[in-house]
Amino acid sequence: MSEQGAAEESTAVLVSEFLQRRQEQIAQRWADADLFRTVFTVSRDEAVEACKAVVDALSEAAAAGRVDDITAPGFRRVRDQLGRMAASRARTGASPGQIAGEVADLRQPVIALLRGEFPDPAGDQAQECVLALTRLTGTLRVVVMETALSAGEEVIARQREQLLEVATPVIKLWDGIVAVPLIGTLDSARSQVVMESLLNAIVAERARHAILDITGVPTVDSLVAQHLMKTVAAARLMGAECVVSGIRPAIAQTIVHLGIDLGTVVTRSSLADALAYALRRQGIVVASGPPVGVSLS
Amino acid sequence: MQTSSDTGTIRLPIGSDVDLAWVRQQVRQVAAELGFGLVQQTKLVTAVSELARNTLIHGGGGQVEMTALYRGPARGLRLAFTDSGPGIRDIDQAMTDGYTTGSGLGMGLSGAKRLVQEFSIDSSPGQGTTITVAAWATGLPHPRAEAG
Amino acid sequence: MTEPRRGAHASRVPVPALGETLLITLQGELHDSMAEQLQQDITRRIAHSPVTGVVIDISGVDIVDSFLGRVLAEIASSARLMAARTVLAGMRPAVAITLVELGLTLPGLDTVLDVERALDRLGHGLSTDPPHPRRAHHADLL
Repeated sequence: MSEQGAAEESTAVLVSEFLQRRQEQIAQRWADADLFRTVFTVSRDEAVEACKAVVDALSEAAAAGRVDDITAPGFRRVRDQLGRMAASRARTGASPGQIAGEVADLRQPVIALLRGEFPDPAGDQAQECVLALTRLTGTLRVVVMETALSAGEEVIARQREQLLEVATPVIKLWDGIVAVPLIGTLDSARSQVVMESLLNAIVAERARHAILDITGVPTVDSLVAQHLMKTVAAARLMGAECVVSGIRPAIAQTIVHLGIDLGTVVTRSSLADALAYALRRQGIVVASGPPVGVSLS
Repeated sequence: MQTSSDTGTIRLPIGSDVDLAWVRQQVRQVAAELGFGLVQQTKLVTAVSELARNTLIHGGGGQVEMTALYRGPARGLRLAFTDSGPGIRDIDQAMTDGYTTGSGLGMGLSGAKRLVQEFSIDSSPGQGTTITVAAWATGLPHPRAEAG
Repeated sequence: MTEPRRGAHASRVPVPALGETLLITLQGELHDSMAEQLQQDITRRIAHSPVTGVVIDISGVDIVDSFLGRVLAEIASSARLMAARTVLAGMRPAVAITLVELGLTLPGLDTVLDVERALDRLGHGLSTDPPHPRRAHHADLL
């Protein structure tokens, strides 16, 4: 190892030891800083505990000589906590810049304590330690921001999933008959959700027939047709027969033009026709009875 | 690269059909921990079963290396199946639906490829084969047990 | 390495009969050798006793790969040659989705939701469901 590398490492170790030794004092000071005070409002002890966890993380990263490494194992353990803190600040209207500033504000109190540790606060060793600690708190800031941003991505991903599910309701039409009215474009992600919801509904309703109504699907290209056929095949493996309904004349023409073979799939022009087909297949006869309220006797 | 990191790698032997079952179980467990949903787990484990069997039958046994992947909030799993068997002479042919040299329905490699997001084969006659696949949890990570 | 995996190895899938129907329940991890053994056991049973139907309940199976798919298809084909009908019951949604993505639609297999429906299909169910005429199979969907 180079001389400089060795020196840097021993500095990092010194910083790590300092953080451990002064954990309580640092935590007490941080607990009053905006970042912790505004998040942990229930009790100050709670804030102090959270601060201690962060001090531990910094100490561990320093001990490993990884003051610049946001993937250092120490940070991983406080990632969830930091993410929750950042999310909580964001909910109360703090901008990302403000949150970053609040994390930066944590540096000063610790630096002050660190300087106090050295007989000569202006000496080389003290300066090196201050530099290492500054880099470490800089890394902490990146970790917080990265965690906050990825929390944002998670929210978006969750909303996207929920939207997909909301957009594909499975309806029970009759005992043993379920239907999915498809509306909008049927891409791969969407067709996965459709397939899963439909198969789960087949189990839940003990369905023998499943109707895929594509009245609301604007175009059927070969990819959409392939998705439909996969869904039909998966339903069959679960013991249910699929009927594809709502094939408008224009779509029927496109299918023929593209040379897509839906020959093995049962198709009907309307949802009503598909339901009639399914009922007949199940041996259910729908007949018009006497008007309600008229006695038979 | 800055925001991604790899954790430890788990290495499992593939020497018998009992090992295949063990590999499937291990992969399912790790995938569940990484936040793979049930369908994703099933797809991944099925792909693993195909590839591990390929290692066993065509490669005469070997091993699989399993590495968890972290890229920002995304969680994934990389699996490398290695054997020192005869190698694959014609990779394109081996990847064709219905092509089989033996025990399956000829859907092994081509089917496995459709079940994962990343797929690569490194093989030449006499040099053995390494097939590397990766899959990413499209769902969200399971909420971790709250610390403290 | 501790090896809890060695324990389950020697076991064999039982092939109990219900009248003229064999009712096989597959569960959890199925080793290749067990699947092949099962295939032999079933064909032997059909050959040596008056079996007209075979129900294979896979509701407890986490994955069906191309190997198990082939074994199931072969059981059905050889049973058919000996005039017995095979019904596959209880495939889980995740397994069905995966099989289709894998490219295996098992066109030669008769599939139903659960064992009760399987027994209906074979004509000795106790359920009140009406008999359910089906086209034999929707072959080659993909």
